[in-house]
Amino acid sequence: MPRKREPGAEPKRRFSKREQGTIASIDSAGRGWRKVGRYTLLLIVTFVVLFPVYATVLAALKPGNQVLQHPFVPEHFTTDVLRTAWSQGNLGRYLLNSFVVAVIVTVAQVVTAVMSAYAFAFLRFPLKALIFAVFLATLLVPFEVTLVVNRRTVDSLGWLNSFQGLAVPFLATAFGTFLIRQTFLQLPKDLREAARMDGLGHWGFLREVAVPLVRPTMGALALFAFLSSWNQYLWPRLITTEENMNTVQSGLKLLATADVDKPNLVMAGTLIAAVPVFAVLMIFQRQLVRGLTAGAVKG
Amino acid sequence: MALARRTRRKETGLAALMLAPSLVVLGLFVLYPLGKAIWLGHQRCNSQGKACKSNGWDQYTDVLRSPEFHHALIVTAKFALLTVPLGLVLGVGLAVLADRYLKGIGIFRTIFSSTVATSIAVASLMWLFLLQPSTGALARVGWITRLFPVIKTGLLNDKGTALTAVAMSSVWANLGFTFIVVTAGLQSIPRDLYESAFVDGAGGWRRFTNVTIPMLGPTLLFASVVLVSRAFQAYGEVDLLTDGGPQPQGSTTTLTYLIYGNESTIRNNDGLQATTAVLLFVVLLVLSAVQFRSFDKRVHYAS
Amino acid sequence: MAGVRLIGITKRFGGTTAVDGVSIDIADRDFMILLGPSGCGKSTLLRMIAGLEDPTEGEVWIGDRKVNDIEPKERDVAMVFQSYALYPHKTVQANIEFPLKVRGDAKKTREMAAREAADMLGLTEYLGRKPGQLSGGQRQRVALARAIVRQPAVFCMDEPLSNLDAKLRGETRAELVALHHRLGSTFVYVTHDQVEAMTMGTRIAVMNQGVLQQVGTPQEVYDKPSTTFVATFLGTPPMNIFPAGSLEPGNHLVGVRPEHLTIDENGRLAARVLLVEQLGHEVHVTCTVIGHSETRIVVRTPTEGTIPREGDEIHVEAWAHRRHHFDPQTGRRI
Repeated sequence: MPRKREPGAEPKRRFSKREQGTIASIDSAGRGWRKVGRYTLLLIVTFVVLFPVYATVLAALKPGNQVLQHPFVPEHFTTDVLRTAWSQGNLGRYLLNSFVVAVIVTVAQVVTAVMSAYAFAFLRFPLKALIFAVFLATLLVPFEVTLVVNRRTVDSLGWLNSFQGLAVPFLATAFGTFLIRQTFLQLPKDLREAARMDGLGHWGFLREVAVPLVRPTMGALALFAFLSSWNQYLWPRLITTEENMNTVQSGLKLLATADVDKPNLVMAGTLIAAVPVFAVLMIFQRQLVRGLTAGAVKG
Repeated sequence: MALARRTRRKETGLAALMLAPSLVVLGLFVLYPLGKAIWLGHQRCNSQGKACKSNGWDQYTDVLRSPEFHHALIVTAKFALLTVPLGLVLGVGLAVLADRYLKGIGIFRTIFSSTVATSIAVASLMWLFLLQPSTGALARVGWITRLFPVIKTGLLNDKGTALTAVAMSSVWANLGFTFIVVTAGLQSIPRDLYESAFVDGAGGWRRFTNVTIPMLGPTLLFASVVLVSRAFQAYGEVDLLTDGGPQPQGSTTTLTYLIYGNESTIRNNDGLQATTAVLLFVVLLVLSAVQFRSFDKRVHYAS
Repeated sequence: MAGVRLIGITKRFGGTTAVDGVSIDIADRDFMILLGPSGCGKSTLLRMIAGLEDPTEGEVWIGDRKVNDIEPKERDVAMVFQSYALYPHKTVQANIEFPLKVRGDAKKTREMAAREAADMLGLTEYLGRKPGQLSGGQRQRVALARAIVRQPAVFCMDEPLSNLDAKLRGETRAELVALHHRLGSTFVYVTHDQVEAMTMGTRIAVMNQGVLQQVGTPQEVYDKPSTTFVATFLGTPPMNIFPAGSLEPGNHLVGVRPEHLTIDENGRLAARVLLVEQLGHEVHVTCTVIGHSETRIVVRTPTEGTIPREGDEIHVEAWAHRRHHFDPQTGRRI
């Protein structure tokens, strides 16, 4: 990953350079024709990995009647299809829905996770171990199992086709609690006591000390929550019947079904749906790596 | 002790307050529905899925014995076998390939992790465009169809290739995730291990098998658990690419699709859906347990 | 300004007793050292004064208030932690100001107080930095400044020098003593380092296994240790303790500090030299008493004159008025 270089942080830069080339200086793989070979390999792999994206972009930019003639040759370009897809596919509305739901879910998940993590990390209360075990146990339950009943619950609350219905089941996760709790536990224990001596209660400590110190982890959780919410597919498909309440994901299915014979329109829609989240990822790459690897290397 | 007791009570109250939001959501949307689903699973419903009533627990054994469940379980298992090992190998391969200090390597890393930005719907539609029966883009390229005639008739239409085709799109969509996780794993391997292996005269391949792979143990375990559970929950790619078909064989009807798919025969039967979903849960639990156990003996946790 | 009184303090954690019935009077303006090996309960005792732990039994008085039921922030106590516990995301200025900010002091007052405390500790030029950009010694000063700024009646310090290197520790000791004079408040200072205890304290309370062994001025504690534990804990090398039989009549234990033993042909203790350590300014001779091979004694001797070699047989005499007598059962001074 490209890292932002802080001015004047010399040792850090050296570290990240070392990080980037774990095996490099041993192999001296970066020299001479081996270097050329490696670049060639990297380029070939890049081509393969990006091929579907390339095809999508071409299809979205070609005039409708030409899209399948030479599907992989760049010839004529137009933004007409993108425009049509945008207006006809109701994509603006879907994007907005997805965005609203994802923002609600993200904010709520971070808040609920920070609070419950604080309780587990800094407070003493009866049945703590048991309650924590219950939290962890919920991590094992796949969404598919609870779906049957959740659909009923949402229905009986009158939340079909609503933002509440799309967002509320995901306002808290054990994953977030667990992630933030781990970070809280890594804070020096003396900090809480020093804050106590300084006269800070728990809320004060949470606001003044704990939250500022776990901000990077909160960022990672936020991005993770945003992506998970944005990429939800099955849930919006199940609880959305009104066209206007579709998210981008379920909306794409509608688009694909309705315009099955206009692949360029579908591809234009796909491209429009992909761009925002791609942009988000480019901006928050570092948080993403943190979020995705939180479960790996060190439990 | 008065102060202690007072702080205790205050802390308990505060903890209750702080845990309440999470507990309410998790209780209402995970624990309650899980319990309820297990309960629902033993209710027989009529064909409209209404008027369910308790009828003993043998619905679980009935579903477990049913050919539909068997079929979906086999399809799902095949799907996992097609996606997980290949996904891991490609992920490790890409990560190792990009784990060098070369000019511009950051760009390649960004590209390799980019599929993480594609949702399952976006990824599936991209592949649909390439593979779509009759109108797929690949079918328009002469030399490809001459090389693989099946592309002409449509990979997704052929009962022999449909599942593999869906699996390919899924592998591609998950590649970014695996790449990121493995790259982070590679960077956490202490450098002196490579140096000592180098001093011992181990060549590149030996270093890879004797240092990289064992030290990646926890990372690979994590990635494989995630990939297996994604495979067993695969829905979007099936829904968009094949609708569970081609029919009548239902060649790509995975467990999740059997429960919630458009073509599902139990789409309106909450009881049967619950039964099947609970069985899926059990299968996933067993799989995770097996993975942790078999890895546990071989995994080297870096201290 | 206030003294601290501990009356019959006991602290149990589950089944283990960390502090066992300790009573100490700490006078106003005392520099009281709580000294003992790790795990002896000295930190727990300090934390009970600060209000971070509650005593299971007993009373804590600060000035003329019983503070058992009073929150730490209202006890008029500041604490310096071993790890300094600075807020890493706040600047030095913000760290020092923080207790006043929590208390609700006006911004101007806070800034002035912080500046004054920083001046006193030579931190003025670092006010804008974050703790991560400071050296260990500087961080330690920030922790001190954060304590000073509140002008508390009592300072509690939990091994504040243990993370500094030896040279800096020496300098800081002197500074802390000067600070104590200047502030005129009560210091309660926990350490396991006897040099810190001897050089800084106006009084020392020695603890072992949760039990208070002795309280007194450093010289008193050194000259008249009340138990064999105190006798051997203070002084390097530690006091030699052996059965009286080989030196004088009786069944009690005799204690003699290594500097109060002389190598002397006519000495009454015959010993075999095991080890000779040259320290430059003096020599430590470790030997076993002949006839009591389980008894080891260490003799400090000047570098002038003849120095015995390992394996030699020597005779040793103990200064008559520098012998300590202990009860062999209880270990108490007779």
